[in-house]
Amino acid sequence: MAYALQQLINGLTLGSMYGLIAIGYTMVYGIIGMINFAHGDIFMVSAFIAVTAFTLLAAADVTSVPLALTFVLIVSIFFTSAYGWAVERIAYRPLRGSTRLAPLISAIGMSIFLQNAVQLTQGARVKPIPPVIQGGLEVWSTPEFTVQIGWSQLLIIAVTVVMMVGFTWLITQTPFGRQQRSCEQDRTMASLLGINVDRTISFTFMLGASLAAVAGVMVTVYYGVIDFYIGFLAGIKAFTAAVLGGIGSLPGAMLGGLLIGLIESFWSAYLWAEYKDVATFAILVLVLMLRPSGLLGRPEVEKV
Amino acid sequence: MMLTMEGVHAHYGHIHALHGIDVEVQVGEIVTLIGANGAGKSTLMMSLFGRPQASAGRIVFDGEDITHLHTHDIARRGIALVPEGRRIFPRMTVLENLQIGAAQADPANYDADIARVYAMFPILQERQSQRAGTLSGGEQQMLAIGRALMSRPKLLLLDEPSLGLAPIYIRRIFQIVRELNRDHGMTILLVEQNANQALKVAHRAYVLQHGEITLSGTGAELLASPEVRAAYLEGGGHA
Repeated sequence: MAYALQQLINGLTLGSMYGLIAIGYTMVYGIIGMINFAHGDIFMVSAFIAVTAFTLLAAADVTSVPLALTFVLIVSIFFTSAYGWAVERIAYRPLRGSTRLAPLISAIGMSIFLQNAVQLTQGARVKPIPPVIQGGLEVWSTPEFTVQIGWSQLLIIAVTVVMMVGFTWLITQTPFGRQQRSCEQDRTMASLLGINVDRTISFTFMLGASLAAVAGVMVTVYYGVIDFYIGFLAGIKAFTAAVLGGIGSLPGAMLGGLLIGLIESFWSAYLWAEYKDVATFAILVLVLMLRPSGLLGRPEVEKV
Repeated sequence: MMLTMEGVHAHYGHIHALHGIDVEVQVGEIVTLIGANGAGKSTLMMSLFGRPQASAGRIVFDGEDITHLHTHDIARRGIALVPEGRRIFPRMTVLENLQIGAAQADPANYDADIARVYAMFPILQERQSQRAGTLSGGEQQMLAIGRALMSRPKLLLLDEPSLGLAPIYIRRIFQIVRELNRDHGMTILLVEQNANQALKVAHRAYVLQHGEITLSGTGAELLASPEVRAAYLEGGGHA
C-alpha cells in the first residue's frame, strides 16, 4: 500500500511533465492539423537553456532557490518560445497550403537539426547540474517502506497545476483564447472577421513552447542531468499522451499525460521496468484500435 | 462611392472564374447580384477579401485600393461577410461567436452593439450560452448576421442568406436586410438565388453569368427584364 502510494506520487510527477509537453502537440495539431515532431526537441532545447541559466547563476553566487528558479523559468520560457516561433516561421509557414506530408517531413528535419545543433554546440555528453532542491516530506512510514514526496516533486506538481489552470483560463476566457479557438475551427472565417491568422498560429507555437520550457526546467531540477537526446523519447511519450487523451483536446492532453506517467511508474514498479516504454506504446496501439479519437477527443465527423 | 471593382479578374487554380468584373456600390445602397449556380457569385464576394486575389483589375473600398491587402486587413477596413453556409464557429457559444465578431472593433461600442444584435434577434440572447452548432439553420443564419454586425461594418456582404431556410426565416432575412438599410443606413451587397425577393429589396442589381456581368440596372428594371424573368424568375422556380 505504501509502495503503491509512492508510485502514485512518482507517476503524477512524471505525468505532469508529459502533460505540459503534450499540450504543445495538441494545440498545434488543433490549429494547423500537423504533428510538430520538433516539439520534443524544443523541450530538450529548453532544458539546455535551463542548465545554462543555472550555471550562470551559480557563477554569480546566487543561492536563493526561489529566486534562481524564477529566473531560470523566465529565461527558459523567453528563449524557448523564441525557438518555437522560429521553427514555425522557418520550417512550417512556407509550406502552408502544400500537401499534408510536406510540413510533417519538415518537422522531422527540424527535429534532427535541433538535436544535431545542440550536440555540436553543447557536446554529446550528459550535462549535470548540482542538485537544486534536495530532501522532501515523509508522508507515511511503515516498518518496511517510507513514502516520501520530494520537494522537487511537490514543486513540479504544483507548478504544473498552476500552469494548467492559467492556461485553461487563457484559452477559455480571454479574447486571445477565443481567437485561438476560432482559428482552430475555421481559419478562413477567422481571417474574414479581421483576425490575423498567421499571428495567432505564431502565438500558439510560442505558447506550446513555453509550456515545454516549464517542463524542461522541471526535468532539469528533477533529474539533474540532461543530454541532447532527451527530447526524442519525452516527445514521443508526450505525443502518445496527446493521442491517448484525444489529439486536439486540451483537457485530453493533460489527462493523457497523467495517465502515461502513472502507467509508466506502476508498470516499472510491479512488472518489468525495462519494458516500461513497450507498455506505454502498447497502450497507444490499444487506444487507437478501440477508441481512435482518444479518451476525450471528438470523433472526426465532417458536417456539411 | 463605397466600393468599386474595376476590370477584376480572378482565378481559382486553373479556373478563370471572374472575367473583368465592373461593379459599383454607393453609400447607403442595397445592391443585389443574381446569377445561376457556378456563375461566380461567391468567388466575386471572396475576391473582395483577396481570396483569391484579383489577378488583374483593382478593388477600391472607401477611397482606398485594397486589391493587394491581406484578408484580415481588408476586414478591418470595415467590410463584413455573412458567408455562404454561415460558417459560424460550432464549438463556441453563441455569445463567443458574437464576441469574435467584435474582436477587431472598438471595445467601447461592445455593449451597444451586442444590445442592438440582441434586440434584432432575441433568440440569440435566449441561447447565448448554448453551443452555436446546436442552433437550427435559421438561428445560425441570424447568428452569422449578428456576428458580422458586431464589427460595425461600413459594407455588409450577404452571400445566399436565404439558402436552405424555412420560409418564415427567409421572410425575416429580407425584412432584416431592409431594416438594416433603412434604419441603420447600412450599405449592403447581397448575393441571392432567390432572385424575385432579392431584386425587390435592391436599389440596383447586377446579373452575373459565367464570370461576367451581363446585365445591370435598378432592381425594378431587372425584375421587368424579359431575360431576367426567363432565366431567373419564371423558369428557376425560386419565385
